Amino acid sequence: MVVNCKQVWQEVSNYLEGEITPDLRAAMEAHFRDCKRCTAVLDGARNVIQLYGDDRSLELPAGFTAGWQGRLAEHLRGSSPRGTVFGWLLAAAAVALISGSFALARLDVKSVSGLRSYHAEPGTGVPNEMMVTVSADGKTFHVPGCRFLHKHENENVRLIAASEAIREGYVPCVRCLRQYLSR
Amino acid sequence: MLRRTMAAEKPVDTGGARERTLIARIGKGESSLFAELVKPYERRVYVTALALLRNEADAQDVAQEAILKAFTHLAQFRGESRFSTWLIQITVNEARMRQRKQHADLFEPLGEAPGEEDGAYLPRDFADWREIPSEALERSEFRAILSKALASLGQKYREVFLLRDVEHMSIEEASQALSISVASVKTRLLRARLMLRDALAPAFTEGWFSRTPFGKGSKPW
Repeated sequence: MVVNCKQVWQEVSNYLEGEITPDLRAAMEAHFRDCKRCTAVLDGARNVIQLYGDDRSLELPAGFTAGWQGRLAEHLRGSSPRGTVFGWLLAAAAVALISGSFALARLDVKSVSGLRSYHAEPGTGVPNEMMVTVSADGKTFHVPGCRFLHKHENENVRLIAASEAIREGYVPCVRCLRQYLSR
Repeated sequence: MLRRTMAAEKPVDTGGARERTLIARIGKGESSLFAELVKPYERRVYVTALALLRNEADAQDVAQEAILKAFTHLAQFRGESRFSTWLIQITVNEARMRQRKQHADLFEPLGEAPGEEDGAYLPRDFADWREIPSEALERSEFRAILSKALASLGQKYREVFLLRDVEHMSIEEASQALSISVASVKTRLLRARLMLRDALAPAFTEGWFSRTPFGKGSKPW
């Protein structure tokens, strides 16, 4: 069996999947030995698969985990289907989750030395592990990239955990962290 | 050498039993365990939404909605497929609905002429690829090139490539998730891989690594 370049290009993907007959595989391998162009196509396709298959190729944005977990918690708080055992169990779990998170938040707030803004709401609803940005003179902490972060020129912005920002007295930005505020 | 075996790859059932236990417990009311169930797949959900929508803000929103939907519809999950496949399928559907709402098809890259899918795609570039060092993926410019190339594919090729080569679904799973035939998955996969190869080849064969970071239109000051 002999194959030409065009046939090889049509089967190169199936070749990489291992979904071709032994005869065709042998013919393609013989072709690759003599054809630099087809070898380049094969290597390229293989590189594409390898690159995109790597977990590092497409990044997870900062704050994504906190985002969906926050929305889930919010959903659990808001949904209480009536009349079913599952519904009541759901509500009980939600209450446990919320009270647990508030208890944890209170633990953190206890160690706050003093809020930088007394008019703002403390960041009790913000997930502790969420990474946020703060500037030295600012009063608020922000989701990375928030344009309302106040900073002087050339000032370094610190990326720290929300619990750390709260401990240092920062309060949540009412714009980028609105979903975690109660009012 | 490819990190994964391409031939007849079957997913390994790691943690399948643990997942089933979690799902059963959530069904009995332990809702807070849902976050634990989803956490290992959150990246896949986001990447799926991003590859389809090509916009980070929409992708985050749709990914969150898909996770919430999986929670509210968990009772409908019968365990006939892996939980991750089911979750990704929900994400694909949510992303498609968002696209329909936004009339995203108006902004899709130009596809091939009607009927061309069955025809031959001819590679355009035959230069040798140098081997890409694995560390290159640590660089954001390199990842941006990959994202841009993927975004340049037409929707139907992006979907198939995403599920098979990024999400590592089997061809059969991808065909079920997209409601298309196995033959269509294979045809589109071939095209997607060759088109991406052509899109990326200039960057890799013209010494991308040694080029100045200042492209046309940007100023080095």
